[in-house]
Amino acid sequence: MSALLLALQPEVTERAADVVTTGEAIAFWILGPLALAGALGMLFAKNAVHSALWLVLTMLSLGVLYMVQQAPFLGFVQIIVYTGAIMMLFLFVLMLVGRDSSDSVVEVLRGQRLAAAVLGVGFAGLVVGSLARALTEVQPVGLAEQNTAGGGNVANIGTSLFTDWLFPFELTSALLITAAVGAMILAFSDRHGKSGKKTQKQLVEERFQGKRVGSLPGPGVFATANSVATPALLPDGSVAPESLNELIEATAKEQLADDVAEVAGTAHEADAHALKGSES
Amino acid sequence: MTTQELLADDPVWLILIKVVGIFAFLVVMTLFMINWERKVVARMQHRPGPNRVGPNGWLQSLADGLKLAFKEDIRPVLADKWVFFLAPVISCIPAFLAFSVIPLGGEVTMFGEQTALQLVDLPVGVLVVLACSSVGVYGIVLSGWASGSPYPLLGALRSAAQVISYEIAMGLSIIAVVMYSHSLSTAEIVKAQESGWFAWLLFPSFLIYVISMVGETNRAPFDLPEAESELVGGFHTEYSSLKFALFFLAEYVNMVTVSALATTLFLGGWRAPWPLSAIGDGVLNTGWWPLLWFVAKTLFFLFLFIWLRGTLPRLRYDQFMRLGWKALVPGSLIWIVLVSTVRAWKTEGGFTTQQLLIVFGVVVGILLLVSVLLPDKKQVDENAVPLAGSGYPVPPLDLRVPKAVPKKSVKAAKLPKEKAAVTTGKEAGDGDV
Repeated sequence: MSALLLALQPEVTERAADVVTTGEAIAFWILGPLALAGALGMLFAKNAVHSALWLVLTMLSLGVLYMVQQAPFLGFVQIIVYTGAIMMLFLFVLMLVGRDSSDSVVEVLRGQRLAAAVLGVGFAGLVVGSLARALTEVQPVGLAEQNTAGGGNVANIGTSLFTDWLFPFELTSALLITAAVGAMILAFSDRHGKSGKKTQKQLVEERFQGKRVGSLPGPGVFATANSVATPALLPDGSVAPESLNELIEATAKEQLADDVAEVAGTAHEADAHALKGSES
Repeated sequence: MTTQELLADDPVWLILIKVVGIFAFLVVMTLFMINWERKVVARMQHRPGPNRVGPNGWLQSLADGLKLAFKEDIRPVLADKWVFFLAPVISCIPAFLAFSVIPLGGEVTMFGEQTALQLVDLPVGVLVVLACSSVGVYGIVLSGWASGSPYPLLGALRSAAQVISYEIAMGLSIIAVVMYSHSLSTAEIVKAQESGWFAWLLFPSFLIYVISMVGETNRAPFDLPEAESELVGGFHTEYSSLKFALFFLAEYVNMVTVSALATTLFLGGWRAPWPLSAIGDGVLNTGWWPLLWFVAKTLFFLFLFIWLRGTLPRLRYDQFMRLGWKALVPGSLIWIVLVSTVRAWKTEGGFTTQQLLIVFGVVVGILLLVSVLLPDKKQVDENAVPLAGSGYPVPPLDLRVPKAVPKKSVKAAKLPKEKAAVTTGKEAGDGDV
């Protein structure tokens, strides 16, 4: 991909601002439909994880489009931050929720659809307006100059971020920190309080000081049954109470009488001498 | 002429040759690495390791790979068909892609064409590796989800959390290198290390990178996503045949890539190590020689991977996360602040290196002095028993002495008859055989 990118823009410095090279056009006509397909797929996919994957496709296409338009830093940051971190968190949550859960159609917030429709139309108006202005009034200057002068693309982005745009930049980071701190407060549980979560070490120590160090006896000690419902039997033939499951009805002990007898050696055994017939 | 300009006029056939060359290098390294790992770990555990297939057993992984490809491909009933198929592909492609920005050597002449031993040199080269590794996680996460069974899902969740946390530490460890080399381009970073490796200059960064690269590639002792004793096989439990082989390939290629990046960022890339670089006015840094140094340094890191696996037990999940978030991330943040402060001082105030070193030495000396003067923390042993003056333990006041057990008269065992004794002896003998 990267080799292709470089091949697509052979003479970075000489390119005029408003000329679209063949390579750029090819890249656009491949990536544009891909991004669009991703967006549509996200809307119409039934499974939430599939939706997220379609969105990933869109974000990747956008990232590559940025690279083609001489903004390699923006392109890779798009991939690292959006595709790598944010969508991964989305997927994380979706997987925790479970694969078969579907959206609830009950409206929880009143008037939510109306507000969404109004805001959506408003946003579309803004996008169309700014797009129209960009296509008609603004003169494109291209990134060729910025990418070559004064340390190149990355250095120039850094300079403008930390001089001209320092305040908005810091404001954004304050916003993100607020969100992170809020999430931490919501998820915080006092470890030292009464209902505090025990650490793994405390749990281990508790277990070792408790009644039973090892695991509970497994069910079904006989080859005749290994179901959870079959209780474990102690050496004297009685049922081990720890092996009984609270939720599952255990097999009645009487049904295991034969097994017990067999183990205890009191059962009727086939006599090997019986084959010889009656002793004469 | 910079590497970027050198690479810009590569003809298409040369690019293709390089692509095929890198692909072959990575696949051969994977085959070699699997075998090497098994042999070295075997050596550490006092056993011979693979020694049957090929000379000295070196073709074992090739045979295993061929066998794996011809095995039955099983897809679980509950699996999500497309995602299950896509996941190994997603994990494999970025692994190979990341290697394209690694400089394998300097300027060479290939078939009459002047070029550099590097596929592409982007101004954001280091970010390409980070981006590829962050896309590669999708392969693992999706494979776990698509398998439709609990163990892979747990492995996938662990992996997602693990790679995201360790990627932060990795990214932060790279920042100091970028500050010193003034560039994100891998070729420029190698060039900046002409006078000295960044591993010496930025040792904490190097340390953090090496730890986080092990976490990033899911290798022991950080191999929680595929912890055999807890999760069967982790995210690839349900995979078989060629798909499993792809995961295997991706893991080893990732290892090679992060090792190569470590070489590039901290060990001077393809430059010859110090005593060799002085020979013949740097003749060992020209032509095809650099490839040798590069491979040797990469193999050093790969050996480190094997060594760690042979030495350390797997971390518990909470220990692992604590290390990442409470040690590596804050550590590298503090280190970055230190490095940038020193750099700002040097550029603004005109401090000389000597003055800086003196200040550094004084600070370290004061810290040492303070640490010596600090009183030791008294350790109270909860289980300690009070001792008498003579050194014997004093029994507790509420000690209850158990009653003496009444002695039972032992009956003499009846000796069996002579004939019976012979038969039992015979039976016992049979049982042993």
